[in-house]
Amino acid sequence: MSPDGFAFIAGLVKSRSGLVLTPDKQYMLDTRLGPILKKEGLASLDALALKLREPRAVALAEAVTEALTTNESSFFRDGKPFEHLKRVLPQLAAARPPGSTLRVWSAACSTGQEAYSIAMLAQELGAELAGRKLEIYGTDISHEVLARAREGYYTQFEVQRGLPARLMVKYFQQEAGRWRVNPALRAMARFEHLNLLAEFRHLGRFDVIFCRNVLIYFDSPTKTRVLHALADRLAPDGVLYLGGAETVLGLTDQLVALPAERGAYEHRRPVAKAG
Amino acid sequence: MSQGEAGATCLVVDDSRVVRKAARRILEKHGFSVREAENGQEALAACREALPDSVLLDWNMPVMDGLQFLQAARREFGPDRPVVVFCTTEGAMDRIVTALESGAQEYVMKPFDEEILRDKFVQAGLLQQDDAA
Repeated sequence: MSPDGFAFIAGLVKSRSGLVLTPDKQYMLDTRLGPILKKEGLASLDALALKLREPRAVALAEAVTEALTTNESSFFRDGKPFEHLKRVLPQLAAARPPGSTLRVWSAACSTGQEAYSIAMLAQELGAELAGRKLEIYGTDISHEVLARAREGYYTQFEVQRGLPARLMVKYFQQEAGRWRVNPALRAMARFEHLNLLAEFRHLGRFDVIFCRNVLIYFDSPTKTRVLHALADRLAPDGVLYLGGAETVLGLTDQLVALPAERGAYEHRRPVAKAG
Repeated sequence: MSQGEAGATCLVVDDSRVVRKAARRILEKHGFSVREAENGQEALAACREALPDSVLLDWNMPVMDGLQFLQAARREFGPDRPVVVFCTTEGAMDRIVTALESGAQEYVMKPFDEEILRDKFVQAGLLQQDDAA
């Protein structure tokens, strides 16, 4: 495709989602926008870029953004954050008054695997949460993945990625060749549309935030902005999980890495005065 | 790349040579030393000869099927070794529950790919989680 066409689509996607598409990511346009070209009856990516310039092309712009920002996912992805969460949730539960609800946010939740992994982990912890309920809030920029997350259906391939068989038979139901998260687990999670570049103070405070493998797509100023907004939503003793390739270093001093826990961050504590 | 313990062994039990070959390729890539058996009876004999760390086990096979092998192996070698990962076209919930209750540690529904097999071996404690993931 022409450099002009690429620059236009990249600019559009960046303004809508923060995703930075460098020219070496041209292949992503080729592989991910094919279905849209077909659906719209367009001959090429350049034709798509042309059509996107029309003022009425809002829905199309949204579809293009969604197609480029959707990532495949698996249950209990990367393992470590969930092992850490398993130790942290009982501590957070103990620090909250009886009857309170722990709030967990799965930011950029995609098709819901992360949110439901958290729900399963909480169910498995059971009495260790001392009666505190857990509420999981999943958000994503893509309406399509949110619809799938809400329904909680997974293909045979998806349900085997990262999910132990023991948990699969315990928390899923088999329906006509697909696997569906059971109603109790679905009731723990809510999925809403959210763009991380927009204002999200209305979401309230969270005890735990997962925002993994999202920042890698943003430029530095955007990373800093989003990290500050996330820190603002994180409870004083809460934990933020970032992706394995992500960091807060050089981006914000509001958050610090937990020692020996890769990917886990907390608020910087006020430095104790030397006695 | 996740890696098995140095010299970890896996017995691949399947009546299809194609499946055995595909599984062997993936497992060797992750550092396993692989042996093969065509049915449950051969697999039992192989276990008596040298008990492997893990068994990747088909269900439907001639002579002795996977579930019969699993039951015999658990009677003879105990609940923990070898670690058994079913790998079968049997995908119904009740079959999976039967396999787990009979002492299988993990369960793969065919068709499988490298990611699924790797994930399941991680869950069964046979591979370390990829540190760079």
